[in-house]
Amino acid sequence: MTDETSLNLFQQQEANRRRTFWLVVGFVAFFAWLGFGGDYIYHLYTLQAPRHAYHHDFPWFGIVLSLVALAIAWYAYKTGPDKVLWSTGAREVTDPTDSKEQQLVNVVEEMAIAAGVPRPRIWIVDDPDPNAFATGTDPLHSHIAVTQGLLDLCTRDELQGVIGHELGHVKNLDVRLMTTLAALVGAVALMHDGASRVLRPGAGGGGGSSSEERKPSPLLLVLLVVWIVSWLLAPIIAQLLALGVSRKREYLADAMSAQFTRNPLALASALQKIEGAEAPTAHIKRGAAHLCIADPLGRRLTDHEGLFADALATHPPMGKRIAILKGMGYAQLKRQGRMGGAGDVGDAGP
Amino acid sequence: MGSLILLALLVVVVGWLIGAYNGLVSLKNQTLNAFKQIDVQLKRRHDLIPNLVNAVKGAMDFEKSTLEAVIQARNQAVKVNAAGPEAIKQISQAENALSSALSRLMVVVEQYPQLKATGNISQLQEELTSTENRIAFARQLYNDTATQYNTKQQQFPTNLVAGMAKAQAADLWEIEDQAERAVPQVDLSSKPKA
Repeated sequence: MTDETSLNLFQQQEANRRRTFWLVVGFVAFFAWLGFGGDYIYHLYTLQAPRHAYHHDFPWFGIVLSLVALAIAWYAYKTGPDKVLWSTGAREVTDPTDSKEQQLVNVVEEMAIAAGVPRPRIWIVDDPDPNAFATGTDPLHSHIAVTQGLLDLCTRDELQGVIGHELGHVKNLDVRLMTTLAALVGAVALMHDGASRVLRPGAGGGGGSSSEERKPSPLLLVLLVVWIVSWLLAPIIAQLLALGVSRKREYLADAMSAQFTRNPLALASALQKIEGAEAPTAHIKRGAAHLCIADPLGRRLTDHEGLFADALATHPPMGKRIAILKGMGYAQLKRQGRMGGAGDVGDAGP
Repeated sequence: MGSLILLALLVVVVGWLIGAYNGLVSLKNQTLNAFKQIDVQLKRRHDLIPNLVNAVKGAMDFEKSTLEAVIQARNQAVKVNAAGPEAIKQISQAENALSSALSRLMVVVEQYPQLKATGNISQLQEELTSTENRIAFARQLYNDTATQYNTKQQQFPTNLVAGMAKAQAADLWEIEDQAERAVPQVDLSSKPKA
């Protein structure tokens, strides 16, 4: 069993490295398309212009936009974790002040030992709703953040399960992919807002009379439409990427948590508590939603699986996750030959 | 053409050899490292015990024997630990004896509410719980890694390079040890025997 999981771990890490790489490549390529596409359209547009007028021959837009995208991607990759933590207003726990914080620090240390990774830095988000997330670029530079609500609500064993889940993401290198994605989604949203503001006034009036005279070619029109559509779709594509990338990972991180703690029922009961708290996690915004253990926006879509939910939820249905964990837990109890009256979930600790 | 195929075959075989060899070496080092982790955590526990004993000493003069047992088990464990990885059997025996002595002490502490109320006992209890967990998890990681290492060197065809990589079966950390069974169980805790 251990051999199999470690092989999966290696594949998972490789897959995450590769996906992060292609994510960055795709990001830059998309901006290159916007830039060079714009150049080409402008080039076609000015092709028939009079001899003395401006001809757009050198692809300035493409080069500049590609370089900007490269710089953004590099910046996002480097500072992604800081930006994510900053956006949630988390504070770092260096000197634990009360018993709960001490317990959190201890639990993180324990799980880091179980996972065989260095201890991540620990953060607390002052939010009454229970939730947790991990961020970072690799196990050496990783962060785990939990909300105050999670600390108040969970028992020691449950906290262990949740931290185990987050360390699963760290060990898998899920954090690298998801953090880079979060930073890039944020960048796209910002650039899109900025660009729309710049482009809108220019697009309305301007060269109406002159274009009538010149009759733009159909190719130019098609290109223009595709180009504008990709501008409009950019944030939506980014969002969809964020959605699709995280759902399967949650099952895997749950399983890794069970492997670390050998106590899947504790995580199941923690998830039940998290699900039971209806309020959304106000401090965690849309951009970082896919990093969390449970959807911080409190969308009830996570209740059921289906085409619609699959397309729109960042997280797999909580009920299914809990059912899988319980299945693991009962299988474990059965193996140990102490399957009594299929007791409560809460007190099935080690 | 034939020589080309032969060459390709050779490249594949050599590539596999290198991969298998390196895989074994890396697993071996992981196993050693995991063992070191247990050591670190055991040292931590040994350092914590004097504090714990001092904190409860005054309040429970009449439970001297329990305290003595803890101190003795701790000193024995410290002594055995100096021997290093070769003495894994003795170390695990001594540590298990210490574990059971400690758990008996904690049971006794539970019986003195006024002791628990003094604040730093509950803090120490959390520290002790955490230390025990750390040891358990470090052992778990060691056993998982060592099992993986052992399996790898026994499986065909990796076993063919095992000698070359100087791979030897790693001892697992016995959890259920003779020493633990031999100690009279004064288990008053409310562990449900389902």
